[in-house]
Amino acid sequence: MAMGAKNNKPTKTVRPDPKDPATIKDRLLAKYPPKVARKRAKQIVVNKVKPGGDVPVISSNVRTVPGLIGQRGCCYAGCKGVVLGPTRDIINITHGPIGCGFYSWLTRRNQTDPDSGDGQNYMPYCFSTDMQDEEIIFGGEKKLKQAIQEAYDNFKPKAIAVFATCPVGLIGDDVHAVCREMKAKLGINVFGFSCEGYKGVSQSAGHHIANNGIFKHVVGLDDTVKEGNYRINLLGEYNIGGDAFEIERLFEKCGITLVSSYSGNSSIDQFANSHTADLNLIMCHRSINYVAEMMETKFGVPWIKVNFIGAAATAKSLRKIAQYFDEPELTAVVEKVIAEEMPAVEAACADVRSRTEGKRAMLFVGGSRAHHYQELFNELGMKTLSAGYEFGHRDDYEGRRVLPDIKVDADSRNIEELAIEPDPERFNPRISEEKKADLEAAGLKFAEYEGMMPEMEDGSLVIDDPSQHETDELIKQFKPDIFCAGIKEKYAVQKHGIPLKQLHSYDYGGPYAGFKGAVNFYKEIDRMVNSKVWQYMRAPWEEHPELSATYAWE
Amino acid sequence: MRKVAIYGKGGIGKSTTTQNTVAGLAEMGKKVMVVGCDPKADSTRLLLGGLAQRTVLDTLREEGEDVELEDVRKEGFGGTMCTESGGPEPGVGCAGRGIITSINLLEQLGAYADGEDLDYVFYDVLGDVVCGGFAMPIREGKAQEIYIVVSGEMMAMYAANNICKGIVKFAEAGGVRLGGLICNSRKVDNEMEMIQALADKLGTQMIHFVPRDNMVQRAEINRKTVIEFEAGHSQAEEYRTLAKKIDANEMRVIPTPLPIEELEKLLIDYGIAA
Repeated sequence: MAMGAKNNKPTKTVRPDPKDPATIKDRLLAKYPPKVARKRAKQIVVNKVKPGGDVPVISSNVRTVPGLIGQRGCCYAGCKGVVLGPTRDIINITHGPIGCGFYSWLTRRNQTDPDSGDGQNYMPYCFSTDMQDEEIIFGGEKKLKQAIQEAYDNFKPKAIAVFATCPVGLIGDDVHAVCREMKAKLGINVFGFSCEGYKGVSQSAGHHIANNGIFKHVVGLDDTVKEGNYRINLLGEYNIGGDAFEIERLFEKCGITLVSSYSGNSSIDQFANSHTADLNLIMCHRSINYVAEMMETKFGVPWIKVNFIGAAATAKSLRKIAQYFDEPELTAVVEKVIAEEMPAVEAACADVRSRTEGKRAMLFVGGSRAHHYQELFNELGMKTLSAGYEFGHRDDYEGRRVLPDIKVDADSRNIEELAIEPDPERFNPRISEEKKADLEAAGLKFAEYEGMMPEMEDGSLVIDDPSQHETDELIKQFKPDIFCAGIKEKYAVQKHGIPLKQLHSYDYGGPYAGFKGAVNFYKEIDRMVNSKVWQYMRAPWEEHPELSATYAWE
Repeated sequence: MRKVAIYGKGGIGKSTTTQNTVAGLAEMGKKVMVVGCDPKADSTRLLLGGLAQRTVLDTLREEGEDVELEDVRKEGFGGTMCTESGGPEPGVGCAGRGIITSINLLEQLGAYADGEDLDYVFYDVLGDVVCGGFAMPIREGKAQEIYIVVSGEMMAMYAANNICKGIVKFAEAGGVRLGGLICNSRKVDNEMEMIQALADKLGTQMIHFVPRDNMVQRAEINRKTVIEFEAGHSQAEEYRTLAKKIDANEMRVIPTPLPIEELEKLLIDYGIAA
């Protein structure tokens, strides 16, 4: 070992794990013009959790700076693609040029089980009015009516939903008037969404519009209280790669009755009946909290935040449900199920952990996924260096405690806020205030989401709406072992020699929810972070040139 | 070929002035094409003797891809070639997009081709420059010179000033220039002097003062231009003069729009003080 005897410096090369996250932040901002840097500085925060759970303020749900390549989608994507796309028996017609409909067609890998209902499943179809120059000039309402009629004649669906794209908003087609007319004519539920892509600052606006539309046009149409104990709705779960199937398996095993899911593996009849449930469980707080809030105000159904991503989180969420219903029988079954499921999970974790321990991850995805998946990485002994959302709001980062302090800007004001009142006949608080207070005292929090940042380590970088430039820079600085984002980021990141796991579509994998999903995820991450393929990123002749030469002028 | 666009406040008399002037040019032996850029499609009725024109957009809609120039172009008074863009019913669709589609189609069909031997193309555009579509005739070099029809009424002058702002924008990018103001008299006080002063401030000229005469109305009721309806009338002579002035005009400027205060001062100086 050729080492100086005089000093005892270790020879082992330590990975350049930067000590000071504030310095990294400065590096991310260094190339921006002053105004852009000022704005982005408020969206890049070094985490610091104070006793009591307070975290620094992070600017979010604000406009992306033009010129920065971001990850965000549009309002239409949030409304049609995310929230309503996974429902199998509504015919979703995209009113617009063909591209919007085509590119939002099953790309999120939402799965559904058509056999669990009446067999109606329109998800394999793509419906669009295919607007042409002529409809732009003369208006597209006539063609929309024809499209609704044609969809009805061919399929006789229970419901048809219409989604407005950008040009529809510009030329002023009244999709709602068309829907009302066709609803009266056809005698089925027909409703429209003014979810033109340009609305709001991200797909988040589309989630809100979707929530409003479902609540206005569907929720509460069927008051039948169906059979079953422990009746719940699962909100903000979209059955990517079969996640909902695994969660449903657990509910069934525990004897918990799922009234409706919003909206993985869902049907419109479930939405219509969902107000009869006794508890709402929220997975993705960002995309669906509006429905939960409105259902509580109008019908008295309380909500709690859950997370079925991660084995420990799954067990915790099942226990929360048991705690709410407070029946020894349910509690016993839940404990039994957890005890049955955990050994396989623990065995799988033990198998991979020696290879994943200490590896480092970054997650920039969604409005809840960047938070939830940290659970799974923790279980693998991996560290989350940096995380952020594409379209989250401050409450998703800092917790709902900051809701009163959030300044509602003009972009958010553009999105309708429904004024909901308790239903004169049907409002029925599911639990008494006293009982609620008791449960709260015992640690079950209602209508609360504590956000991502309080659960992240001090010094980790939290970045809202990250840009391509920041992503590249972060990768250069940190050299993480895995990066989690979506398809738009995948290949750019992999060109740095870092594997990227898609957490929108799961690439080709899943489910990752629940206990079985956790096992799948452990195996997938083990495979990805330990793959030898990345060491072949540089061609052999770049590593070991056979010839070397210099230019004559050198 | 000179490409001319006529703008001005709605109802100011753009279509009437354009068609009468075009009739004057036709009398001089000029070959002129008129492109109506108004969804109402009434920019060529005096030249054609009635609203008989099939619009470009209707034809495109009905015939699909197989459209011939003859389907959308009709010959009117004095050999003038008349086309109407057409567009949607009020309150639906996008008329601006219609103008863009229509003008592009006319180009592709060769309406402006050298073989047509046109001396002039006149674009008669709806109202103010309300959106990108209605600016189409002055974008991308479609029209090179603009005449604004104006009167001594405040809103007409206000609109003229606004149109000048649009011209400045496109002049820098596309080379369009203002040829002058046409005063279509409403018999307000000091009208000629006031429009002359407005023209001076805008850096242009009042190319002609067209007096108000009921003959225009009578000719319109008969679906004719004054020149065709009563060739010997003094009003016909006014339009001939305007046609000659435009034909001889070499003044092309980028206008200098007025701040609103200055515009109002002009009205006070000439309107009230007088």
